[in-house]
Amino acid sequence: MSDGEGPIRIGWIVDRLDLLGELLRDHVILTVLAVVIGLIISFGLALAIRGSPRLYGPIIGVSGTLYAIPSIALFSLLIPITGVSIVTAEIALVSYTLLILIRNIVEGLNGVPPEAIEAANGMGYTRTQRLLRVELPLALPVIVAGLRIATVTTVGLVTVTALIGLGGLGYLIVNLGILRGSSPFAATAIYTGVALAVALAVFADLALLALQRALTPWARRRSA
Amino acid sequence: MQDASGAVVAFEHVTKRYPGSDAPAVDNLTLTVPAGEICVLVGPSGCGKTTSMKMVNRLIEPTGGRITIGGEDIMSLPAVELRRRIGYVIQQVGLFPHLTIGENTAVVPKLLRWKADRTRKRTDELLDIVGLDPARYRDRYPNELSGGERQRVGVARALAADPPVMLMDEPFGAVDPIRRDGLQNEFLRLQSRVRKTIIFVTHDVDEAIKMGDRIAILQRGGILAQYDTPAAILANPASEFVERFVGADRGLKRLSMGRVRDLDHIEPVIVRSGEDRAEIRKRLDRSDELTFALLVDDDNRPLGWIDQHDLRGDGPIDPGAATPGAPTVEPESTLRDALSAMLGSSVQLGVVVDERGRVAGLVSVDAIGERLRAPVRGVDGELHEVGEADATS
Repeated sequence: MSDGEGPIRIGWIVDRLDLLGELLRDHVILTVLAVVIGLIISFGLALAIRGSPRLYGPIIGVSGTLYAIPSIALFSLLIPITGVSIVTAEIALVSYTLLILIRNIVEGLNGVPPEAIEAANGMGYTRTQRLLRVELPLALPVIVAGLRIATVTTVGLVTVTALIGLGGLGYLIVNLGILRGSSPFAATAIYTGVALAVALAVFADLALLALQRALTPWARRRSA
Repeated sequence: MQDASGAVVAFEHVTKRYPGSDAPAVDNLTLTVPAGEICVLVGPSGCGKTTSMKMVNRLIEPTGGRITIGGEDIMSLPAVELRRRIGYVIQQVGLFPHLTIGENTAVVPKLLRWKADRTRKRTDELLDIVGLDPARYRDRYPNELSGGERQRVGVARALAADPPVMLMDEPFGAVDPIRRDGLQNEFLRLQSRVRKTIIFVTHDVDEAIKMGDRIAILQRGGILAQYDTPAAILANPASEFVERFVGADRGLKRLSMGRVRDLDHIEPVIVRSGEDRAEIRKRLDRSDELTFALLVDDDNRPLGWIDQHDLRGDGPIDPGAATPGAPTVEPESTLRDALSAMLGSSVQLGVVVDERGRVAGLVSVDAIGERLRAPVRGVDGELHEVGEADATS
């Protein structure tokens, strides 16, 4: 912190653009993987709940419990089984998405107007056609709302995976920041990591919102 | 009128029992709806009218008996295919909010995998039929339409694949009374063109009388209390239940069904300004029904009544002597409106006028009374005396 410079060393950042790009890419991959897998599992479970509503309590209970486990604790529990690997990270990350996604998918499907379902049945839709062409499109706004929360949460959680030596922007915060507290560049690394993670979260949130708007033009137009 | 595009729908001893319930929801229902007619199922809640209707497209499966459409058992097709051949309109309309009006209308053609241009042509044609300009409405979403407009789209959607049979579950129940009347009239006009076989559920007796070619009155436990034409049910309720259900004012309801054109008209004694009194007296004496002459203007429009008193003495008639206010009725007026107009005037005669207000004849209060006592055509096609016991079953 000599030379009258502030805590942020622009030069340090400029010299490491390649590294930052790599970390950002890893962060995106870990996030997308977790959210996509989480979405697929949640869909399966939500459909199971629809088939037999009694499953709702137990499934939400289990995913709620997973959600409550601190991430570091979950990593420590998993490492003896799956080792220090992307699998460990993803198991943890996916389990955190489940509660939000399952709840929103179930809520979204429950929110489909009963008269739309009645009409679909009377019109001769098969169950699958009704799900794909009527129920899912109408549940989309609620599902995407859940997806946005899950994504933003996951972006934050991915930084923690640096603690078990996996990449992502957490590397800047943990490895180049906290663990090198004496380095003159530690603060720069931490701030850069946080700023990029926040920017990524905001970008992902807005992108999903834009996607939802594009997919549900009917939900916006109102008059008459 | 073109030939019916509908098909005969027949219930044969149809029963529906729900598990865990001793009493059947629909009990041994047997009735036939001829092709191209509207059959209204009406009754208090819990009478099984909606259940009966939903068994036709197997949204509810019968537990006994048989339903046929055009002679074919509905169980001979997979339920989904059966439903695509039956139009379905519900009270809440149930348009899909995420589809445009055009897409909503095209739902069944799409399920039937019609080619895109055929579907497109058909949807435009249908929107036109229900009175919605396709260019204006095709690409809008349901939440941009009024309740009445949505209801019309619901009807267009049900007609899309030109099904022989339509099921309508209280289709105008959610619309306010003024617009309901308009939609009902519009639908009757449409039906006179498309001539579908329609099973129409309502709890409103007046709607049943207005819409039905025939009415099935159901009572609690899904028992058919009476199945007949509206006129025959009002003239000869089969049971105390039916009598109570159609209401104490069934005489007035019959008046609402009849039209002035159905009455025997009396030839009026027409008088124009300046005619000779003695001459008019002679003409009036020749008529055994009339004690009044009708004064008209040069265009044959009624001005007022001339009575014996005005005709005393000789010389030309004084137009100022006429009692003004001859009640006019049109051939399409209901007997109820005609009677109301006639009772309000001192001379209990109504002047029937054409669309330009010219005199076409006279009707009397007596003629209306006679009309109510005349035999009524029943669902069997026979004429039945009014008050005849057990006219139908």
